[in-house]
Amino acid sequence: MNSIVLTHASRFILLVLLQVLILSHINFLGYINPYLYILFIMLFPLKNNRVIFLLLSFFLGLTIDMFLDSGGIHAAAAVTIAYIRPVVLKFSFGAVYDHQTMKFSNVEFGSKLTYIVILTVIHHFVLFSLEIFNFYNIILILQNTLFSSIFTIILCLLTTVIFNRRK
Amino acid sequence: MQQIINFIIRNRGFLLYLLLFSIAFGFTIQSHSYHKSKFINSANFLSGGIYNSVNNVNEYIHLRTQNELLQEENNQLRSVLYNRPDSLQNTFIDSSYSGISYKFSPAIVIKNSYSLSNNMLLLNRGKRDSIQQDFGVISSKGIVGIIDNTSKKYATVISILNTTSRISAQLKKSNHFGSLIWNGKSPHIVQLTEIQKIAPIKKGDTIVTSGRSAIFPKNIPVGTIESYNLDASENYYTIHVRLFNDMTSLEHVYVIENKDVEEINMLLNNPHE
Repeated sequence: MNSIVLTHASRFILLVLLQVLILSHINFLGYINPYLYILFIMLFPLKNNRVIFLLLSFFLGLTIDMFLDSGGIHAAAAVTIAYIRPVVLKFSFGAVYDHQTMKFSNVEFGSKLTYIVILTVIHHFVLFSLEIFNFYNIILILQNTLFSSIFTIILCLLTTVIFNRRK
Repeated sequence: MQQIINFIIRNRGFLLYLLLFSIAFGFTIQSHSYHKSKFINSANFLSGGIYNSVNNVNEYIHLRTQNELLQEENNQLRSVLYNRPDSLQNTFIDSSYSGISYKFSPAIVIKNSYSLSNNMLLLNRGKRDSIQQDFGVISSKGIVGIIDNTSKKYATVISILNTTSRISAQLKKSNHFGSLIWNGKSPHIVQLTEIQKIAPIKKGDTIVTSGRSAIFPKNIPVGTIESYNLDASENYYTIHVRLFNDMTSLEHVYVIENKDVEEINMLLNNPHE
């Protein structure tokens, strides 16, 4: 139990530092940044206390907001995907998830991809809607969502693949 | 009563989600209105300290270009100093009156952003260095923004690349003034709105600050006119201004304090006293 807490605490800190010090300053083609910190929410243990999970996600988002001076947009987006995660899990993994035997290290690639894509796109859509905060600019919101999602998804997949090898 | 408690326990996930989302939404709304982002900002001990120590390392990478910029500015200041039409011996100096109304203090940008729609900067100076809200920030090339929040050692700046910022600016040659805003697209182009239709404008004309806001002195360079068009009502020009400043690489900036700001504000707010 303790080792799980320790793993997730260090993952939290590492992802926040990586996000605010490096990834948010990439600005590929002027505005495209990956938001890798949502990996913390994606890889959170499946058997969890719902309340603690939601509070942790909120706190994660708020920490990012504090560093990036962005109000509460990351907190809102992070808590949204934390709330809908069970639904997405059921949708992408189906029966494996229902039997409570699932581990992220040994699921098939296709369903993992679906899972990551859905959560990333929803997160980025909420994020950019709140950031731009103007539905006249819906094209800009969708464009940002699309490009940043591609970047985030690739990074998420790479990270999970690289860190699974070691086990 | 029992049913209400049961309802809350059954739906606690959803209710908690709603609560947290509305808190986050509240912070977002707050950050969109001018000078209201009180709680969540990077001018605090933790994030300020981390940005500061990372910047200590990053500084070395840009040392050469920053040195060249500073030398260029020194050169310009020297040429102004030694070419004054009437030099010091003719002027009478009244030592009892210090005519200084603007006080400049140097600072270093330790966090810069330009790709969001509401960009903020972080400076390594704060209340300890007597920096307060609503002070102006410029670099050697032109304007940068306005101080928003301050902590003991750090201060956040609302960049001119922020959709909530409005700064008074004017045409250099004709004194027609308007508000400088940003449409969130390119970090090199800002928009000058509300310029009267009769103002004579040409591509390449210089835009400077107007000195009407008590934040910036007059004649701080902003940029040159890139293109212009009439707005929907056909009474005002909207001018696209190419900034002199490269907002994507800022390091040494100056914070401007207007010593007379209280007097000016008192006069404006109580005109009949």
